[in-house]
Amino acid sequence: MLFRYRILLLFIVALFTAWILKNRVLFEAYTQVIPGTQVKFTMVPIPGGSFLMGSANKKYSDETPAHRVEIEPFWMGTHEVTWDAFELFLDKNYETAISEGPIGQVVDGLSRPSLPYLDMTFGMGKEGKPAIGMTQYGAIQYCHWLYLKTGIFYRLPTEAEWEYAAKAGTESTYFFGEDADKLSEYAWIGENSNESTQKVGSKKANPWGLFDIYGNVMEWTSDQYEADFYERSPEKNPQNPSIKLYPRVVRGGSYKHKAEEISSARRFQSEPKWKQLDPQIPKSQWWFPEAPFLGMRLVRPLNPPSPEEIKAYYTKAPIDDY
Amino acid sequence: MKPEHSRRNFMKTSAIITGGILTSPFVLPKAYAAPDNHLKLALIGCGGRGTGAVFQAFETGHPIKLVAMADAFRDRLDGSLKPILDKYGAEKVDVPEERKFVGFDAYKQAIAEADVVILATPPGFRPSHFEEAVNQGKQIFMEKPVATDAAGIRRVLAAAEIAKAKKLNVVVGLQRHYQSNYRETIQRIHDGAIGDITGGQVYWNDGGVWVRERQPGQTEMEYQMRNWYYFNWLCGDHITEQHVHNIDVANWVKQGYPVKAEGTGGRLVRTGKEHGEIFDHHVVTFTYADGSVIHSECRHFPGAANRVDESFQGTKGKAYLSAGNHGNLSDWKGNAIYSHNRENNVNPYQQEHNELWDALFKGEYKFADAENAAKSTMTSIMGRYATYSGKVLTWEEALNGKVDLFPEKLAWDASPKVLPNEDGYYPHAIPGKTQVI
Repeated sequence: MLFRYRILLLFIVALFTAWILKNRVLFEAYTQVIPGTQVKFTMVPIPGGSFLMGSANKKYSDETPAHRVEIEPFWMGTHEVTWDAFELFLDKNYETAISEGPIGQVVDGLSRPSLPYLDMTFGMGKEGKPAIGMTQYGAIQYCHWLYLKTGIFYRLPTEAEWEYAAKAGTESTYFFGEDADKLSEYAWIGENSNESTQKVGSKKANPWGLFDIYGNVMEWTSDQYEADFYERSPEKNPQNPSIKLYPRVVRGGSYKHKAEEISSARRFQSEPKWKQLDPQIPKSQWWFPEAPFLGMRLVRPLNPPSPEEIKAYYTKAPIDDY
Repeated sequence: MKPEHSRRNFMKTSAIITGGILTSPFVLPKAYAAPDNHLKLALIGCGGRGTGAVFQAFETGHPIKLVAMADAFRDRLDGSLKPILDKYGAEKVDVPEERKFVGFDAYKQAIAEADVVILATPPGFRPSHFEEAVNQGKQIFMEKPVATDAAGIRRVLAAAEIAKAKKLNVVVGLQRHYQSNYRETIQRIHDGAIGDITGGQVYWNDGGVWVRERQPGQTEMEYQMRNWYYFNWLCGDHITEQHVHNIDVANWVKQGYPVKAEGTGGRLVRTGKEHGEIFDHHVVTFTYADGSVIHSECRHFPGAANRVDESFQGTKGKAYLSAGNHGNLSDWKGNAIYSHNRENNVNPYQQEHNELWDALFKGEYKFADAENAAKSTMTSIMGRYATYSGKVLTWEEALNGKVDLFPEKLAWDASPKVLPNEDGYYPHAIPGKTQVI
């Protein structure tokens, strides 16, 4: 009798172990292939920890006060999202044409961007180049599309997560120190970009393996911009969810910014005038025809929220813009 | 109608665009009769662009009152009125139920209510709407393109003459004419900065535009009206609806219109039922009277490289222009002659209205954009005739084309001329076979 129970127990333990192993999430760098296509991108683990957010900068008072913040672990895209991936989301017919096999019923029902009437590459090219000009809503819907295709909860970084990842354990102005002249080794900026976006990953990465975290294109965060937010921001995983359409936080500077305008702590904000060249009313919920310097980078939290919270994140209705 | 190719004639018509040469007072029959001195506006075609144009009219700051709206569809009219009313309020927006006009004939009644009209329906309707507005003596802002076939162009050209005789201001939404990089750079080209223009390349290559799916219960007429981009009687194909902007820049730079067109086009990647009858690419060479050649290319290929801009080569240098405020001239050694400052340029969609409404409130006659718009639209249509037929066409042949794309009758239960086959696919042009003129 006893022996039979022991066998049974062993069997149960073995099953359980197998289940654990199968479902264990390894907190390591990985490559995400967009199912059915050759398109892929890489994510690196950003360990949880605490850091000094903001700066004592007198020039940009919205960076003050510098304050200690705790961040939960997450993965972050090593590169800014490129047109190669974003265009699959943008155009269902294109995704269908390029994919092996059907793109899936759920994905079929997704709300996708209105195809932009204007050339949203602004003559700066697509292949390997950052996708640009999308609204925060469009950036989140891209994450939604990826979630439906992969089952993985991708989202935008909070402002705090972005800065934590950019600083990568440093407390200097740049992750490489204080010398703005060295920025050109790490970033496409006003001084070296020839007024254009450049292929992602063609400069040196930061200590945590993030390319183009400064320059090339500014990157969306999920936060509302408020100049005085640091005076009251919570210590753990601070975020300031966007309620108003403008201004929202974008980070990192771009190919148009001068070295002196860029740093790990520098906060930029979205502006209504980025849509002034949209000749339609209501203005597009998807595109900024005058923000060729704006792109996005993905984040995946190690501990994803509940399915209900994920659904709420992706299905938040856009705000009319006129 | 004899086309005007000569430089002198072109200058006569295009001068209006760049300055006040034709400036002279006009009589606004009722406008200044209003006690508070406001002008009454009607919107014909209540899509996103028409609604945007009303916003731009209000943003000029002049005392304007929107008094009537017209659309084929009630839901489009309501969807347009809501943001206008939200933003500008009942004081400026006075469109009661009795001045909301719906249906194919709605435009006539709406035009009658106003001093100034915005014509922003799909382009197939523009000739009849423009004619009506001119006949009723209204001041006009109309969107590009201004027709979808040669028959429509001839009507617009005829009405444009009447508009001039009546001194009606007509501004057309070929907004590059109101964008400072184009104005500054092309003025310098005309002043000889890069010599005589011997050739050029104009592009609108990108991923394509929206599709509206067929809904249950729609008649064929309603479906085509909703999904209008893909039907030639309404849209004119993307070489006309979209690429007209770049082709128009070529005409502007060349100060004339091509005498000949030949080209190639087809449907390679956009081939669904919902994509109607239009091509997804056209490549055309336009030859001008002096023998110079402009290469024109437009395509809707998702995943391929994008390019929307205009380049020209002259005997002394070259030019590069784009809607992204590029305006660069250089000599053949690469030395810059002019480089437009791309920062803080005024929004050309706003500038069109600033200039038009300033003139209207000063009682000036300054703008006669219709003739050039009709001829640039005709250039794009000639390009489409060339790619659809595979033939070499002269300007005269194209402009005198007899093929009329418009339905015999406009009604929800009437049949458009192009209908789907039993599988739901529409016939499209076959070069070498299709008759276009």
